[in-house]
Amino acid sequence: METNEMDVLSDSKQEILGNRTGIMTNPELSIEMIEGAKKTVPSSQGDATEMAAVKAEYIEEGVPIGSSPVMVEVSEDGESVGKFDGLAVLLDKLGERLAFERQGTRLYEAFLQKCQSLNLDDASGPSVEDLRHICEEELEHFHLLQNAITALGGDATVQTPSADVAGVLSHGVMQVVSDPRTTIPQTLQAMLTAELVDNDGWQMLQDLAAELGQDDLEEQCRRAYEEEQEHLEKVRDWLTSMTMDEVSGPTDEVDASEEEEDTRQKRSAKASSRSRKTKSSSASKSKKKKKR
Amino acid sequence: MSLDLMKEKGVGLDEQKFNWRDIAGVPTSKLDSDAFTRVRIILMNGIESEALRFQHACARMNKELQLALARVRRIEQHQQTTVNWLLPADLSPLETTIGFEQVAIEVTASVAEHEPDPYLAQVYRFGLLEDFDHMYRFSALMDRVTGCDANNILQSYTDILPGRPTAVEHRAPEDDLREHYDRKKAALISKLNAATIMAGEHQTHDYYMTIGPMFADPIARQLYAEIASIEEQHVTQYESIIDPEETWLEKWLMHEASEIYNYYCCLQYESHPKVKAIWQRFLDYELGHFHYVLDLFKKFEKRDPAEIIPESLPEPIEYRSHREFVRKTLSEEVDLRARKTQFIDKDDEGADSPSVVYREQMNSKGSPSETVAAGYQWKPGTELAEETPDIKKLQTKVA
Repeated sequence: METNEMDVLSDSKQEILGNRTGIMTNPELSIEMIEGAKKTVPSSQGDATEMAAVKAEYIEEGVPIGSSPVMVEVSEDGESVGKFDGLAVLLDKLGERLAFERQGTRLYEAFLQKCQSLNLDDASGPSVEDLRHICEEELEHFHLLQNAITALGGDATVQTPSADVAGVLSHGVMQVVSDPRTTIPQTLQAMLTAELVDNDGWQMLQDLAAELGQDDLEEQCRRAYEEEQEHLEKVRDWLTSMTMDEVSGPTDEVDASEEEEDTRQKRSAKASSRSRKTKSSSASKSKKKKKR
Repeated sequence: MSLDLMKEKGVGLDEQKFNWRDIAGVPTSKLDSDAFTRVRIILMNGIESEALRFQHACARMNKELQLALARVRRIEQHQQTTVNWLLPADLSPLETTIGFEQVAIEVTASVAEHEPDPYLAQVYRFGLLEDFDHMYRFSALMDRVTGCDANNILQSYTDILPGRPTAVEHRAPEDDLREHYDRKKAALISKLNAATIMAGEHQTHDYYMTIGPMFADPIARQLYAEIASIEEQHVTQYESIIDPEETWLEKWLMHEASEIYNYYCCLQYESHPKVKAIWQRFLDYELGHFHYVLDLFKKFEKRDPAEIIPESLPEPIEYRSHREFVRKTLSEEVDLRARKTQFIDKDDEGADSPSVVYREQMNSKGSPSETVAAGYQWKPGTELAEETPDIKKLQTKVA
């Protein structure tokens, strides 16, 4: 790093003068502002519900975000593919999961890079191996969906309406994960949001495949759903443990006393109870720490 | 102001260098940076954007200046990027909009207070009350659509109150033009003020035109469409106060002087060390541009630059809350309207005046700015929040 870059970075750290967004940052100015607002009459009568009528006009127009693609009659190998009721819905939802898994792979790649850059050595959080493993499974799920869509006569390169909506939904997740300023717990919060949605998505896909008599697909979805449940449990556990560590304050690596070990176990038990299905305890992975 | 334009040579063009890492540096913090740091970043992005806009127009009309313009413009491009990229990714388009309106209010108020020409000062106060109202409308939008408090961005420096209602700001084009200053008689501060506010308003217009379609909410889309139209009127107003008889090179020189002036103003008030270093660096770059253009001016126009640019710059724009000035202006001038280049009371407008006819047409299927702020009264933490004991105690504490 060049000297001037180091100067700039150290300068930006000097910016840490505290959060200025609250009303108590500038009390005198805040009082002037509050009093002024109280004394002023709004320029027009009514309330927030006035907006509803305007929105209703647009809603009533009934214009969708987009439509599902025209079905392909034959699969890649030239065999004819039968159409069945519900196929369009299934392809739309398969397209949604495909987009999600593809983005999920990129999210975990970014998360992995962040952890590697930070040279993280926190037993409460994810290891590089953990993240790499999840990332590989996300990619496998993406490929699974590509093949499933193609086998049904769909086009795996299409962005379906549900895929588009999922992309808008997960835009914030991507922004948080890719921001170099966000911490590991903040990134985990974003990943938890993604994994919660992903779990329900796979469960729905499995149910949908079963409903439509797509047995092979149902089995593939079941296996993927199991793996996604593991992802969710891990992410939830890391986030809980790291957040609890923040509450405990800075820690040093020293031999822990029995009392501290008890405290940690209680905390871990608490964290575990927050998880719907916790397989591993954070305490069992934690380094021996002492509160300063 | 201590800076001597003729003596300070700044950094020569050949020494003005960038790299991508330098341009896309570490951004400021939305949460921890002072609101006026963000105000300066937004304004300077507008100033640099205007530099590019002017220099492109100039190049299209002046073959002999094209290379010189291209050289300077490349640097301005990278200056603008460096400045604009100081805004962080967690600052949403609507939050940035609140920042843009804070610029329009606080910078225009400072300019209006210090403008020596009474007519031009009136023009600034007229525009100020309109941007002041935009703040109120966008804050209502933020509260009611996104559930966020605009004061997280404003940090209590700027009021959220109705101004001249946006619904009545729509005017016929002939009522948006103003008298221009006389290039031979106007004070330098008058020329710099006009260049600064025009640049800020133009960038605001362009920003709203870019982000407006990014909103899903129909009211948000309508409100951005409506306020972008007013910003276009403001650009029309502010560019008309600049003497069109200035030569191309005179205008170029004035643009460079305006950039120097604005970076210098920023430097005087900046508390953020990293950002302050950028203001200093770009002030030196602009001095280099100024002297480069000065040589062109002498070469092509064979005139003494001292005819149009004095040695020293006027007092800087004040980056502070102008609440008192804005409220006084609001109480005295909110009912002003425009008829051609003059300002009149709303009662004198007449039902068949071009602006009233135009306004009625535009608002004939509803007014987004009225709808979004129906009954809206800002309070800390959004209109959904309860008044917590700490806020009740605040007044006692301050007293």
